[in-house]
Amino acid sequence: MDLIKSVLNNNSKKKKSNQLLETWKRLKKSKLALVGFVILIILFLVAIFANVIAPYGYAEQNLKATFQFPSAKHIFGTDEFGRDIFSRVIFGSRISLEVGFIAVTIAVIIGGLLGAVAGYYGGKIDNFIMRSMDVLLAIPQILLAISIVAALGPGIINLMIAVGISSIPGYARIVRASVLSVKYQEFVEAARAVGSSNSRIIFKHILPNVMAPIIVQATLGVALAILTAAGLSFIGLGIQPPTPEWGSMLSSGRGYIRDYWYMTMFPGLAIVITIFALNVVGDGIRDALDPRLKN
Amino acid sequence: MDITFYIIFHINKKYIDTEGYDNVNLSIVCYNFSIKLGGEKLKKYILRRFALLIPVIIGVTFIVFTLMFITPGDPAKIILGESAPAASVKQLRDEMGLNKPFLVQYGTYLKNLVVHQDIGKSYVTKRPVLKEIADCFPATFKLASLSMIFAIAIGIPIGIISAVKQYSWFDTFSMIFALIGISMPVFWMGILLILLFAVQLHWLPASGFSSINHMILPAITLGAQSVAIITRMTRSSMLEVIRQDYIRTVRAKGQKESVVVLRHALGNALIPIITIVGLQFGGLLGGAVLTESIFSIPGVGRLMVDAIKMRDFPVVQGGVLFIAITFSIVNLLVDLLYAYVDPRIKSQYS
Repeated sequence: MDLIKSVLNNNSKKKKSNQLLETWKRLKKSKLALVGFVILIILFLVAIFANVIAPYGYAEQNLKATFQFPSAKHIFGTDEFGRDIFSRVIFGSRISLEVGFIAVTIAVIIGGLLGAVAGYYGGKIDNFIMRSMDVLLAIPQILLAISIVAALGPGIINLMIAVGISSIPGYARIVRASVLSVKYQEFVEAARAVGSSNSRIIFKHILPNVMAPIIVQATLGVALAILTAAGLSFIGLGIQPPTPEWGSMLSSGRGYIRDYWYMTMFPGLAIVITIFALNVVGDGIRDALDPRLKN
Repeated sequence: MDITFYIIFHINKKYIDTEGYDNVNLSIVCYNFSIKLGGEKLKKYILRRFALLIPVIIGVTFIVFTLMFITPGDPAKIILGESAPAASVKQLRDEMGLNKPFLVQYGTYLKNLVVHQDIGKSYVTKRPVLKEIADCFPATFKLASLSMIFAIAIGIPIGIISAVKQYSWFDTFSMIFALIGISMPVFWMGILLILLFAVQLHWLPASGFSSINHMILPAITLGAQSVAIITRMTRSSMLEVIRQDYIRTVRAKGQKESVVVLRHALGNALIPIITIVGLQFGGLLGGAVLTESIFSIPGVGRLMVDAIKMRDFPVVQGGVLFIAITFSIVNLLVDLLYAYVDPRIKSQYS
């Protein structure tokens, strides 16, 4: 029995790594997705090594060098306090990626759990959970995030919580739909027949088989989370100065747009490049995982 | 069963009266049109969907009330001022029922909403919240509607052409622009448009919403992302339909390409496009918050952002509730539109 189990486990591990390789091969075929992937890797490296790459500290002021246009000394120019905008954009990448990934992690864990329970158990539990999600979905996401931030107060952690909570209904729906499509399959029946508990069936058998749409949605969700966070910071409800968040940099640069256009140009470009990379990678993963495009 | 739609225009004609004062002549023009949808089954479906809106709206009031309840800040101090005597603050708290348990306060709020259509008074202006929102909602609705018209007018044709000429340079460029459009934050787009058209070229004003000139930049700003999303969805949906056998049959019969694309393909590709348009409208109502801030438009979004900063909770509650109700009704209308557009769904309810 142990021998059979170990052979089955080895076979399933081999199958998983083959599937991953297949997915990676299909992903590589999309040049745009590869470009996005490379941009994301560069972004991660920039965020990790921000202390090394940035020539100045993000809060380092030089009141003798305020409103300097881009030059060799300050590649992106300086702001109203003489702070180097290039350094602030570099450090801002750390903030944005942190907010994006943590917000999506919150949404995937809570939304995924709710969706899995709703889809697996069905009946009144399904009804209650999905009607609750309908209520949350009735409020546009940014408004819900604004309301949550208003309740919790500004700050990076509250921003992550607000953006995460406002994204939960989307993931709950996706996971529920995916669970419904697999819960009557034979491997679930088999797991039930050998006496696995419901929680084991959900976490060990069902969820691993519905990861594809979750991964696609999560990749695109990080982009949306970064945009939402930047939007909240733009209207003064997110991350507070002097923390270098791209949205709040745009907000403070807006007042000087007539004479100092660069103050809004570079943080904006940073947001566009990041979101673009995440979107093309998300699209690429979706196409790579689409069974209709396998051949 | 018929559903009648009314389109109402308010026309304000300014003139100077005999005493030299500015005046306004207001006329209301009303157009109506009816569409036949189906029989008793559809009527029951519509009534059921409207009935299902009620628990959703109650749920929204609960969430918004809870969020405002846990928000730090004493409403009595906000009304009377930080330096108000403690006794006055306590008296006002008692009068407003702020010392009662959460569920009692929520029950009172819900009762006032349902029975008296009263969602409280602004702590700052002391005006009824409904009046504050009614004054601001037309600007938000105009902005969202113009943005939607812009998005549909640009997005759908580009999506159709991209699908018909798949892999051409037009298709490649339009998809790249669509991707960039989705990636561009609405507030940055607004700033760039102000920089180019208002600051550099002086073609259009940078703020306000009183004339058609004022509406162009905000509508483009808010609608740009929707253009990108609608373009992608139209292209994807058209590509699915164009590959179907019945399209090949129509072409084989010698039908003109324009008829094949516009009547046969587009008609069948409309359902997912309508879904996206409906969802986008809701997104526009929410996204208008940022656009209104950039262009200083006196809409509901800006009203709510200012209310949050001033801890004016009734206005925040009222604003979110109003937009949620509008969004839900728009979604319902989109669902009903399916029945009109798709004969398969129509036949289920006739």
